[in-house]
Amino acid sequence: MDSPDRAEHRALISGVGKSQVGRRLGRSDLDLTLEACDRALADAGLTAADIDGLVAWPGEWPAARGFCGPALGRVKDALGLELAWHAAVQDGPGQLGAIMSAVMAVASGYARHVLLYRTTSEASGQADGGRDTTSPFDVVGVTGLQEWLRPFGAVSAAHWLAQLAQRYLYETGATREQVGGLAVATRRWATLNPDAVYRAPLSIEEYLSARMISTPLCLYDCDVPADGSVAVLVSAAPTRADLRAPVRIEAMGSRLAARPFWDQWGGPLDLPQRDAARHLWSRTSLRPADVDVAQLYDGFSILALVWLEAAGFCDPGQAAAFVAGGKRTAPGGDLPVNTGGGQLSGGRLHGFGLFHEAVVQLQGEAGEHQVTGAETAFVGAGGGPLGGCFLLTR
Amino acid sequence: MTADAGLRAPVRIADDVRVPLPQLTADTEFFWRSGADGRLRIQRCGQCGRYAHPPVPRCRNCGASGPGPAPVSGQASVFSFTVNCQPFVHWLPPPYVLAIVALAEQPDVHLTTRLVDVAAEEVHIGMLVSVVFERHGEVYLPLFAPEGETNGLT
Repeated sequence: MDSPDRAEHRALISGVGKSQVGRRLGRSDLDLTLEACDRALADAGLTAADIDGLVAWPGEWPAARGFCGPALGRVKDALGLELAWHAAVQDGPGQLGAIMSAVMAVASGYARHVLLYRTTSEASGQADGGRDTTSPFDVVGVTGLQEWLRPFGAVSAAHWLAQLAQRYLYETGATREQVGGLAVATRRWATLNPDAVYRAPLSIEEYLSARMISTPLCLYDCDVPADGSVAVLVSAAPTRADLRAPVRIEAMGSRLAARPFWDQWGGPLDLPQRDAARHLWSRTSLRPADVDVAQLYDGFSILALVWLEAAGFCDPGQAAAFVAGGKRTAPGGDLPVNTGGGQLSGGRLHGFGLFHEAVVQLQGEAGEHQVTGAETAFVGAGGGPLGGCFLLTR
Repeated sequence: MTADAGLRAPVRIADDVRVPLPQLTADTEFFWRSGADGRLRIQRCGQCGRYAHPPVPRCRNCGASGPGPAPVSGQASVFSFTVNCQPFVHWLPPPYVLAIVALAEQPDVHLTTRLVDVAAEEVHIGMLVSVVFERHGEVYLPLFAPEGETNGLT
């Protein structure tokens, strides 16, 4: 039931679009972005002339090659938009905080149709040399969260989250074989999705014999850098009649109480993901058992495990047991998770690919990987100091 | 546990090894330069006595102004760790061991660091470690080694 005092009920997800996604596509980030935007507009039944707001995650700033995608101004210019409002939103409650800011722009009445995109060409950006070798930090001096990490050689998110995974295994007694069930199940979804990057079946034996990236994370615990773009359209609820297949936002979760650092957490659930999930469930009468599909950030497998526990899909410390065997989150399982192949098999689109998949599932247009009768979807994105989540309904 | 006035951690000179170094700011400069006299310092509130990290201009526990650098023992325990196997950066070839260590004086104060003088397979959560500094010009990176390995003066 919509209540007018809820920001998220004054907005709708009116459309989503995804570009070609893959490894080293040889296309520009702007080219991919425009393809995603065109598809989102078509999905919504809108045209560029209807758009009066534009949001990017993360916007353009000095970062590793391929990370940022095109600046707002380039997209505005290419699409010929006339904007009441625009913003690049790098910082916030997880990557999906950018979508929340679009919701707030619409809910406040400041804009009617906000177009939002996340584009990456990290696969191409890393093609000619190791990643991070060209960080601008190395020239000007390290600041911010990375000040406490990078000088010691903790240069990759793999390093920061491997230590979360190590602590998780220590505290819960879980095994790598249990954890591997997530990657195996996720790949099963990817075999059903022609747009996924890796589609060959993955066995637990292959998982356990894969090379280590940073212990205890092996290759298949880490998502795959990709080239690709996702666009999302957020529209004012009163425009519903103009929209082709809108999806409701039942609740958002954006609370931040935990210390937002990569290394100051006190345990595997002492994290912003827990804060955000509690916030979300405080804003709805629906419960975890009502969720038909869950899209859980899997930049690293441990993050999806944390989301499973933070969101209440299983008890604290039980996520590894939940995913063990690769059955419960797989096609036909009692909680379908990352139904497009996630980021582990589908490509690293920083949560926006997961959001896209949730919307397509609720629209009933996911093709071979459609979860029959999906009416309620949970999307949680972020890890470490970041966390934000959505509950979407048909 | 108190910082022994006579105890100094070893300092290894690595001025010629180019690693990405922090920007020194009014809040953080003391931390990065602290190893110059072989002592690790963590910000501590003069009012409530709580340590805080990363440093901030006022106590995040009681709000008192002017928390200052306080020498600590340099002893810590491994809260978590990872053995990096992937060649990410040219200035630090694998394998190497990264850790989050918990300060002996106040275990909710964590430092990300690199462990040295230890075989990767011997590292475990709860392992006791002590600071050893690696000098890069004006910056002294606090690395950690198994306790007992560095307690002697160099």
